[in-house]
Amino acid sequence: MADAPLRVLIVDDEAPARRRLRELLDDCAAALPLAIVGEAGNGREALDLLHTVSADLLLVDINMPEMGGIELARHVLKLPQPPLVIFTTAHDEHALQAFEVSAVDYLMKPVRVQRLVAALQKVPRLKPLSATRLDQLQSTARRFLSVTERSRVVLVPVEDIIYLKAELKYITIRTAQREYLLEESLTKLEEEFGSRFVRVHRNCLVARDFIRGFERRVGDEGDAHWEVLLKDVPETLPVSRRQQSIVREIGRESKRGGESAEAVDE
Amino acid sequence: MLAVNALAVVAAVVREPLPELWIEHWLPMMAFVEPHLILELAVLYAVAPWIMRLTYPIGTSLVGALTIGIGICVHVVLARDLPQPPHALARYLLLTLLVFGALVGYFGLRAKALSPAITESRLQALQARIRPHFLFNSINAVLSLVRKDPKQAENALLDMADLFRVLMRDNRELVPLNDEIELCQQYLALEKLRLSDRLQVDWHLNSMPSDALVPPLLLQPLLENAVYHGIEPSSAPGVISVNIFYRGGDVHAILRNPYQSNGGNHHAGNKMALANIRERLKLHFDAEASLESRVRDSIYEVHIRMPYRSIRDVRKQEAEAAARGERANGEHRTPDMRTGAEGPPTIAGGGAGASRG
Repeated sequence: MADAPLRVLIVDDEAPARRRLRELLDDCAAALPLAIVGEAGNGREALDLLHTVSADLLLVDINMPEMGGIELARHVLKLPQPPLVIFTTAHDEHALQAFEVSAVDYLMKPVRVQRLVAALQKVPRLKPLSATRLDQLQSTARRFLSVTERSRVVLVPVEDIIYLKAELKYITIRTAQREYLLEESLTKLEEEFGSRFVRVHRNCLVARDFIRGFERRVGDEGDAHWEVLLKDVPETLPVSRRQQSIVREIGRESKRGGESAEAVDE
Repeated sequence: MLAVNALAVVAAVVREPLPELWIEHWLPMMAFVEPHLILELAVLYAVAPWIMRLTYPIGTSLVGALTIGIGICVHVVLARDLPQPPHALARYLLLTLLVFGALVGYFGLRAKALSPAITESRLQALQARIRPHFLFNSINAVLSLVRKDPKQAENALLDMADLFRVLMRDNRELVPLNDEIELCQQYLALEKLRLSDRLQVDWHLNSMPSDALVPPLLLQPLLENAVYHGIEPSSAPGVISVNIFYRGGDVHAILRNPYQSNGGNHHAGNKMALANIRERLKLHFDAEASLESRVRDSIYEVHIRMPYRSIRDVRKQEAEAAARGERANGEHRTPDMRTGAEGPPTIAGGGAGASRG
């Protein structure tokens, strides 16, 4: 893309900050060819926009409502041609420390035009950040999981997920409406989302909020095991022998909480 | 001397709730203790202005003597109607003395802990600090205005100058509530610049006593928290409401903002700011002020209550203290005590006169 203008998308929740970047990019236009393809107020809007316009570079604020910059950077990796991301931030000591550690480039607000030109000139040599590296920068869990479907990035809100089940290469995400296929590691997801999900089986994490109760089942060979009953979906999930303790633990919790989860003996 | 008065009042309050375990002993005991406390409270209230003029040791001894005297009176009057075990009076008086001694000791320690020198240094350490996050975001917002709307940029910079002047000055003296509100409005104007419609503010100040004295930067850090935790994490517009009013001798300030449960790591900062303000309120107003926070129906609320002290009250108090000081010590006091504005109008110390007692 030696001569084609660099296509830039501005992502920031504050209108003045977006306007300021726009002005600065106009100033840079003399030094190198570029085109501003759009503006977005948060990560979600940016992803939506990227389905209709393509960009080579995103200038992304780190702290934004709904979806912050680091999470956005993770989701854009799923696009067929992921744009590069340069973060902008006013001040966030903890985030910046992490950035220094993993040598991720960022711009400090207020941004100087010289600094911006230098960053833009580096773009052709930059490679997209890896998901693992972004993981290290992210201090809080993602709000969405993303899957690619027909070259679009589909966001699945984490709070809608009923269970995650590992099958062969993929993880099946189950929501009340449908299933999605995700290429990530179940162990990593378990670490990231902590107490939201509980492991009921070697290959399965279930959202605590969606557990309706447990049921004792006897198999063909006379061996008994527990099944998890779920809200909103008809299927049940087996609890492995190793995870049996969660039956009592969660049964107790929900009784305290006054909810309807219960252990039914047959 | 102020402490002697406070001691008498607080002593009554502290002594009333005895542990429930002693309920059987407690009831007959209360038959004596309650009339004693109520009577003593009334007597002390009546003589307090007079006792306050005495030096600390004399005042304390006098209160002690009063306590014993009233104890004997109550006992003699009531013992006529109720059967009593032997030595009841002696035991009762011994107990009274022990409690009295413990309370005097406690308040002595407390007064030492709150002595002006220590208070000063603690106040200095507690001076509210603004978030760097706000500073840089605001500068960025002003920069975005420079080309498009230089006039607005100018106003924004002036607001920032005022805000930082207050932040950087020595903030140990109480300021009129009106000044604090003005500062808050300047601060919010700057935030509005970057957040525009997302930030809505409802002011309810109709019954606010604008001349009340408050610790500087009492409300601004709370509003900063409200913006940071309640407004910034959401793309939808949110309302911060500020309600300040006078009721029953106290000034109440109630701040509300939307509560975002996913504020994540932000909450530690909020707790620190609250602890800071609580501590400063305590150093200025002691137990007369309080700060409470709670979440209800996804609204976060902070409620501050502090005694209403106007500039006039404090000047009068200082003038009196100065006059007393002259009489008691026979030394000349510099007239700056009467100008009020320069003298530290700290309430805990009760003015310079009392700290010497």
